[in-house]
Amino acid sequence: MIIINDLAFGYASHKVLSIPQLQVEEGKHLLILGASGSGKTTLLHILGGLLAPQEGTVRIGQTDLYRLSGAQRDKYRGQNIGLIFQKAHLISALSVQDNLLLAQYLAGMAQDRGRVKEVLTSLGLADKLYKKVKALSQGEQQRVTIARALLNRPRVILADEPTASLDDTNAHKVIDLLKSQAEQNNASLLIATHDQRVKDQFELQLNLATL
Amino acid sequence: MNLIILSWNYIRSKPLNTLLNMLLMALGIAIILVLILLSSQLEENLNKNKRGVDLVVGAKGSPLQLILANVYHIDFPTGNIKLEEARALTRNRLIAGAIPLALGDNYRGFRIVGTNHEYVQLYEGSLTSGQLWKRNMESVIGANVAERLNLKPGDTFFGAHGLSVADMEHEERPYKIVGVLGRNNSVLDNLILTNIESVWAVHEHEEEHEHSEHADEPELGSAYESGLPEGDEDAEITSMLLKFRSPMGAVTLPRMINSNTNMQAASPAFETQRLFSLLGIGVELLRSFAYIIIIIAGLSIFISLYNALKDRKYDLAIMRSLGASKTKLFVHVILEGVIITVLGGALGFVLGHGLTEFLAGLYEKSEAMGLTGLVFVKQEWWVVVISIGIGLLASVIPAVNAYKTDISDVLAKE
Ligand SMILES: Nc1ncnc2c1ncn2[C@@H]1O[C@H](COP(=O)(O)OP(=O)(O)O)[C@@H](O)[C@H]1O
Ligand SMILES: [Mg+2]
Repeated sequence: MIIINDLAFGYASHKVLSIPQLQVEEGKHLLILGASGSGKTTLLHILGGLLAPQEGTVRIGQTDLYRLSGAQRDKYRGQNIGLIFQKAHLISALSVQDNLLLAQYLAGMAQDRGRVKEVLTSLGLADKLYKKVKALSQGEQQRVTIARALLNRPRVILADEPTASLDDTNAHKVIDLLKSQAEQNNASLLIATHDQRVKDQFELQLNLATL
Repeated sequence: MNLIILSWNYIRSKPLNTLLNMLLMALGIAIILVLILLSSQLEENLNKNKRGVDLVVGAKGSPLQLILANVYHIDFPTGNIKLEEARALTRNRLIAGAIPLALGDNYRGFRIVGTNHEYVQLYEGSLTSGQLWKRNMESVIGANVAERLNLKPGDTFFGAHGLSVADMEHEERPYKIVGVLGRNNSVLDNLILTNIESVWAVHEHEEEHEHSEHADEPELGSAYESGLPEGDEDAEITSMLLKFRSPMGAVTLPRMINSNTNMQAASPAFETQRLFSLLGIGVELLRSFAYIIIIIAGLSIFISLYNALKDRKYDLAIMRSLGASKTKLFVHVILEGVIITVLGGALGFVLGHGLTEFLAGLYEKSEAMGLTGLVFVKQEWWVVVISIGIGLLASVIPAVNAYKTDISDVLAKE
């Protein structure tokens, strides 16, 4: 369960976000819609423990994210929150497998090659295990980042514009994939997007207006 | 996966850059090592072989040459001194002991030294086989001589005039080996010892062929155990190693000898000190040069890390988003610098020892001087300290930048 209370965030020049109350039940999904510049990325970063809000609290289950120390929050994020960004950011100095092992290592989890293989297989990437990241196509790279986000069985998956650069078919495929993976792992999926094409795939929606 | 593997993968992903930085580091370290190895071995060798010798008396000439020729057996002697003049000096009450030396011949590059048994005692030599010389033309050889020339007691050989291999042999009077000394890393290892009369006999023989019949008979040498041998008024020796009875000797004897006799006195302690201060200038210059190279290596590593991290701020932000703490990223970057410098240091270590061994191989006297690249000296631990230190210094600023990465800001700007 994710609970936001009296959240406010802004930059010196202007306010960006103001959310009095928001609750996403365990295992439920939320689509965060809004025009470019409406604060979707900002909200995801706040939910991911990457950016401290000026006011309000963010709780995941029993954990108040911003009452944790910096290092505790890093660890919590590594173990409980899966992040997917619009661009596939993988460590290009490492192989696909090592990218995933790194995610386990940095989160302080046991390094489990079996789990790595399992997740990659479920995303149709089993044969890419030892490939260098640069040898993968853009789409394959994005699926690896999805695998990485799911790897540690997070409670929350945060995806920022995962469909922005995809055509219609692939956009729907990726959303279906994220949803089914989230359900398999019993995680809440929160997607921020300005992509109206995926609107119908979610019951729960949050519309951010530019303040 | 761990931080070392992670850092190592980044290092491997830019091999040329890494190679350049490692080579720079290795070059600096290697030069320093060569200097450390050579000077420490030289110093140890020079100090060991001058112990127990307070003053060397020989023919006038360069005092340093006198020392190098008669104590270390690397230079040519300055000439000869009259036996009687030397004998007169030994009666001085400030002198506790005097060991005469007669140089001039060699066998296959190993010097033949005419002396008495006290010379063996001076360097604490002990026999591994046979006995010390007693009769004329008996000789005792050092461990290296025995090993290199495959000689043993009972073997005979002809000395050659001069101190280097190419000189003519004295074909007529053979030396007979009666004993072999054990290795003790002193000058004894590379010498052939006999009594002074044998050295005279070989030369006499050449000059006065007519006396050859009676010179061939083995006769007991005089003063083969200690003291100076009997000789006519023309008899000469090369030098005498003196030991003082009291420190007063150091004050008055050198001046007395240098001004009142035809001989020259030189102090091994003083001359080796002078040699070191002369060498020291060159060594210091080279050492500074090596440190400059190491500093450049450090700078080069700093610049590559600094530039690389600009491209890697997404990687760093991603690692943070995957759960890495700020401290972990700091260590990750530091490790990268340290791994490069330590690898460079290790390469420099191998290079330095290899180069020293190579240089020692080029110089014919290196065995006599105990020079080799295949030893480890304590000062080399500094190499480890320097390597890690430079790695830390070069990577600390990039590491602080990594520590301060604003993840949200970096990730939002994709
Ligand atoms: N570092 C920053 N400094 C000042 N303003 C910023 C900064 N980052 C984002 N903003 C502003 O905050 C607002 C929300 O941005 P963002 O959350 O990225 O929107 P979205 O993801 O919906 O496009 C925008 O108006 C943007 O210009
Ligand atoms: Mg955005």
